[in-house]
Amino acid sequence: MTEARRTVDILVVGAGPAGMAAAVRARESGRGVLVLDDNPAPGGQIWRGGQEHSPSARASSWFAKMAASGAQVIAGARIVDGDAKRQCLTVEMPDSAFEVSYDKLILATGARELFLPFPGWTIPGVMGVGGLQALVKSGLPVTGKRIVVAGSGPLLLAAAAYFRAHGAIVPIVAEQAPVSRLAPFASRLAKHPGKLFQAAALRLALHRSRYRSSCWAIRASETERLESVQLQQHNRVWLEPCEYLAVAYGFISNVELAVLMQCQTGAAGVRVNDLQETSQNQIYCAGECTGIGGVDLSIIEGEIAGYAASGRDDLAGNLFKKRDKARQFAAALESAFALRDELRSLADAGTIICRCEDVTRERLEPMRSWRSAKLQTRCGMGPCQGRICGPILEFLLGLHPESVRPPVFPARVETLLRQEEETRPT
Amino acid sequence: MPSAASFDIAVVGAGIVGAACAREFAEAGLRTALIEAEAIGGGATAAGMGHLAVMDDSEAQFALTRYSQVLWKELAAELPAECEYLPCGAMWIAADEEEMAEVHRKQRYYSERGVPVEVLDTSSLADAEPNLRRGMAGALLLKDDSVVYPPCVAQFLVAQAQRDGATLILGRRVMRIDGNTAKLDDGSILFSDNFVLANGSSATSLVRDLQIQPRKGHLVITDRYPRFVRHQIIELGYLKSAHATRADSVAFNVQPRSSGQLLIGSSRQFGNEEAGVDGKIVSAMLQRAFEYMPGLKKLSAIRTWTGFRAATADKLPLIGPSPGRENVYLATGHEGLGITTSLCTAKLLGDLLLRRTPVINIAPYLPDRSYAVHG
Ligand SMILES: Cc1cc2nc3c(=O)[nH]c(=O)nc-3n(C[C@H](O)[C@H](O)[C@H](O)COP(=O)(O)OP(=O)(O)OC[C@H]3O[C@@H](n4cnc5c(N)ncnc54)[C@H](O)[C@@H]3O)c2cc1C
Ligand SMILES: Cc1cc2nc3c(=O)[nH]c(=O)nc-3n(C[C@H](O)[C@H](O)[C@H](O)COP(=O)(O)OP(=O)(O)OC[C@H]3O[C@@H](n4cnc5c(N)ncnc54)[C@H](O)[C@@H]3O)c2cc1C
Repeated sequence: MTEARRTVDILVVGAGPAGMAAAVRARESGRGVLVLDDNPAPGGQIWRGGQEHSPSARASSWFAKMAASGAQVIAGARIVDGDAKRQCLTVEMPDSAFEVSYDKLILATGARELFLPFPGWTIPGVMGVGGLQALVKSGLPVTGKRIVVAGSGPLLLAAAAYFRAHGAIVPIVAEQAPVSRLAPFASRLAKHPGKLFQAAALRLALHRSRYRSSCWAIRASETERLESVQLQQHNRVWLEPCEYLAVAYGFISNVELAVLMQCQTGAAGVRVNDLQETSQNQIYCAGECTGIGGVDLSIIEGEIAGYAASGRDDLAGNLFKKRDKARQFAAALESAFALRDELRSLADAGTIICRCEDVTRERLEPMRSWRSAKLQTRCGMGPCQGRICGPILEFLLGLHPESVRPPVFPARVETLLRQEEETRPT
Repeated sequence: MPSAASFDIAVVGAGIVGAACAREFAEAGLRTALIEAEAIGGGATAAGMGHLAVMDDSEAQFALTRYSQVLWKELAAELPAECEYLPCGAMWIAADEEEMAEVHRKQRYYSERGVPVEVLDTSSLADAEPNLRRGMAGALLLKDDSVVYPPCVAQFLVAQAQRDGATLILGRRVMRIDGNTAKLDDGSILFSDNFVLANGSSATSLVRDLQIQPRKGHLVITDRYPRFVRHQIIELGYLKSAHATRADSVAFNVQPRSSGQLLIGSSRQFGNEEAGVDGKIVSAMLQRAFEYMPGLKKLSAIRTWTGFRAATADKLPLIGPSPGRENVYLATGHEGLGITTSLCTAKLLGDLLLRRTPVINIAPYLPDRSYAVHG
């Protein structure tokens, strides 16, 4: 399977804001850096599609720093396996595979959206908020289309604005959080330099009728393709005609690779110390995989990890205060958008929970552990490897996913062949 | 106060063996308890391939596996769809003429004993399994071999036992057994006249001097590729691998699941009790598989996992009273055949407990023989 093995000083997984910041700071500190990401271009979720698609000043500045840094970037490279003891990762490319050995590893694998099932959530036209955004970025025309945006979190507004800018009609943005939590959050936002704009947008939105708090989707028209979505706000239930429903309830950290590398995790994500070091020697973690905190925190964490992995603890230390502030913001975010209990009963007995294996809620309800659920119903055994249904089961039934086994993403069988130890360069 | 439930028989472990035993005893009217520390069918049973195989390693092994196949055929009609019973048959592949001679020997052996078999030559094998590498010498088709999804079978057997009155105690571990009491990990005591240890290689923690070793295995499962293979396929070289009692070994073994997924095996390692996936042995195992079936390389693998077979020195399970402890019965040591032989194990233990005449001679599986061997 494998081409020649590569060896690098610092290997960064993920070319989102955190991975880019880490790579830049590590290069500045004089280390050799390789960045791997499974998307076709660097940028991660927020700067997806590279610079042309993310014209913000900050994005441009980080893309420029990246380009100038001399860090090597390989896009379309997916890490599917790894071995903490041998300090190497297995990388799969569209038609080849290789192993990389590292001195230091920085995991910046980001987050994915949290989906909560409701009747009709699997029909065509119902999508993740980021998922639909990504499709539009890659050319899906939405001019004149009606898109209902629903779920939770500040990104609903950003996404709605994005869809409108591409000609879509967004009749409503349904936020499950109550105004009693959102209003204080908006005032708080205003205290953060750099977030004034977001604060203004949120405050403005709260006063506009199209942004509804305490509002969520309870059912999608169970037709062949989406025609309307049933929304609920307080005691009112109504049908909102639409061609797309973009829905997500916040984010889940991508911890699978870290877990495979035997890094400890906590409730929020991968556990790290002040220097963004994990419980495993030589492995650092930065950005949303340590917990959901937004792009500012991701960048700062990335910088700290980049410095620390290069032995520049002094420079890393200079950023601790800034990180503390960003973390306070993250905590406020979490409490403002905490998910309400009613969402646990949206899925009825016949609603599919595991989309890969078509497992309904009623079959999962009697299960006492994730392991039983998996063994008895095949839930989580499909190609998504439990990435979608795992967090759902945790939220609905309190079942905690079990340990991670390789490959962390489905991989060609031949990729699992390991290069002979002897060929390892000395 | 400890709880004071009282049973005729308490089965430790709800893997497929314990589940089958509980069902057998409850059906016969015994007051039965089944105690499982983790999840039903979550031990070796979840790791296994679920090939219901007839084997000719020894007369005793043949008798056990063949009788089991008969029992499986009876059960098949009752099995719910999620048990994925697939009567696909198994093919033992001969790579060369030397192995082909073994195919003919096996054909005679099985035919004499009434097992339906067929010999395939190079070209009929290529037709039957187009994804095998061309130029194999041939194969032996065992028509009665089949495949199940073991965890759901275990669950089904437990449900049947419960229907017949058995008590399931889930999430409790048996810590020790003294006379007619078992102490559980929450401090409670369970009273039972008899006990059956169906807890795989962990049985060594409940009776002393038991000679069982965990033998680690790896499997890889792919995405769905319906009809990529049509039978359980095993290389004849597997036998050499399965017989090695010290060194690590690998052999080509692939199984079609009714979902269209493929299970790729197999490996055997002694002295490695760590549950983690060992990249080196997976490589060796896949390398071997690619030699037989190159098309596997490009398929998408979803997961790799490991499991432990409870191995005895003479490769036969331990079924019957534990020497020196007349009310403690063993039902362990099934190595790589415990899915197949679970039903027969339950039947034989039922025969012993209820003083029925067993259909096959039980002597080769009685635990004293192993103690005699090991002194
Ligand atoms: C779907 C989605 C949409 C978002 N949209 C916005 C938005 O519009 N505005 C906003 O402010 N914030 C948005 N966010 C939040 C934003 O992504 C984060 O605040 C920030 O980008 C986190 O940066 P990161 O570097 O930690 O992770 P990410 O940006 O998520 O980058 C992680 C990268 O690692 C890659 N990766 C993960 N695992 C592997 C692997 N095994 N092998 C190879 N590569 C791997 C991923 O593909 C990804 O490119 C969005 C988040 C998501 C999940
Ligand atoms: C890779 C691999 C492939 C295999 N392929 C096949 C095949 O194709 N065909 C075949 O026939 N066999 C196969 N086998 C063998 C088969 O899986 C085992 O022989 C069989 O599952 C053994 O079942 P069991 O019930 O004895 O053990 P287990 O399934 O391990 O069950 C024991 C149970 O006891 C519980 N337990 C342990 N200690 C205690 C305690 N103190 N108190 C309470 N509960 C306890 C455990 O939690 C566990 O659930 C394979 C095995 C492996 C590893």
